[in-house]
Amino acid sequence: MLEIMNKISVIDYGLCNLYNVSNALNHLKAKVEIIENPRDVSNATHLILPGVGAFKNGMRGLKIRNLIEPIKEHIDKNKPFLGICLGMQMMLSKSYEFDEIEGLNIIDGDVVKIPQINDKGQTHKIPHIGWNRIIYKDDRITHGQNKKSSMYFVHSYKAECNNPKNILAHTLYNNIEISAIINSKNAYGCQFHPEKSGKYGLRLLNEFIKL
Amino acid sequence: MTSNVRLIARLDIKGPNLIKGIHLEGLRIIGDPNIFARKYYDAGVDEIIYMDTVASLYGRNNLSDIVKKTVKDVYVPITVGGGIRSIDDVKYLLRCGAEKVAINTAATKNPGLIKEVSRKFGSQCMVLSIEAKRKENSWEVYTENGRQKTGLDVMDWVRIGEDNEAGEILLTSVDNEGTKKGFDYELIKKVSESVSIPVIASGGMGEYDHLNEVVKESCADAVAMADILHYERSTIQEIREYCIKSNINVRDYE
Repeated sequence: MLEIMNKISVIDYGLCNLYNVSNALNHLKAKVEIIENPRDVSNATHLILPGVGAFKNGMRGLKIRNLIEPIKEHIDKNKPFLGICLGMQMMLSKSYEFDEIEGLNIIDGDVVKIPQINDKGQTHKIPHIGWNRIIYKDDRITHGQNKKSSMYFVHSYKAECNNPKNILAHTLYNNIEISAIINSKNAYGCQFHPEKSGKYGLRLLNEFIKL
Repeated sequence: MTSNVRLIARLDIKGPNLIKGIHLEGLRIIGDPNIFARKYYDAGVDEIIYMDTVASLYGRNNLSDIVKKTVKDVYVPITVGGGIRSIDDVKYLLRCGAEKVAINTAATKNPGLIKEVSRKFGSQCMVLSIEAKRKENSWEVYTENGRQKTGLDVMDWVRIGEDNEAGEILLTSVDNEGTKKGFDYELIKKVSESVSIPVIASGGMGEYDHLNEVVKESCADAVAMADILHYERSTIQEIREYCIKSNINVRDYE
């Protein structure tokens, strides 16, 4: 019997790191389409919102393409959604990068700068770049991960959820807790880059494809 | 130590070939870069750097085909450097699958390019590449694989780079590169302590002790390795095991 793979729709809103995400999805044998208009977002079954760079530019990119409402509707209908890096941060209520800017408000919380110093008075480099071990809660999307699975992070800001229930996985950067995966129903967001995190990252993307 | 040290394979490229020189010159052909990149990925390398060593001859970076092929089966970040001069060059290489770009010459001519790239694509993708050569009590910034002086002092230049929002610094010691005698520890320590962005130490890795010293004494955030890997004097797995034994934090890999 032929297995029917879900089609994954990757949102293009002008920040151009779509290649590596769609390349990884292709590698996993998913059908991938790059979309940028509201109608395609409304028709999608699985949405991925990637992104790097500044929160303000990201939200502006979504707004001028009229993508904010269809993304929210998609999530309200409980259809699978994955935000990656900036795409994850935009799921929160607001960000304090440069000015206070409203996010998609899918998960209650803020995006704040990673503190330059931890509670023991130790400093560290920002941006946080590198591979970190993840501490997971059980979920469909974390299926197949283990204590040794590390993911690749690169960010200067972090997501702070007001409700701990929204945090599905976290990591520690110099003893500072960083939300690694956030979640509300079928909407997921990961701070790390699964498309650049070797086999464990690919495994996570594969679980998303199967949702 | 604040985070996991990144173990990076640096592949210098000439035309279609992986090459290796000494002091960034006197190049010897080693093989097909894609095969080496794939081997390092399978062994658990954290990142890969591709550097086009002849880009200045042609006036542009020629690694797009190699990058496109690599990303088909290598799923760790790839940094591409050599001959990158404009926003359009960066955009093209990112479209080919690069995660970051390393810029040296064009940045020394126009430091504003660093900020432009950073603002447009995010600072995470803007790596300031510095070729440093020792003078009496300081270091000078060089370009063109250590052949061209710029008159810039390395310590001044890294601060300019950071002010212009570079995301990290790839710091290559021209004096030590290819010598297997160890890193320029003093240079790396000085730079690492004077900036708050990550510093990748490059040039001189010959044996395990060098790694220990550059991380513990010079506070490197990442280590770029070339001929120790290319000539199979060691492997990524062995280097990772050494790190774990020596209490250097590296990512788990199995």
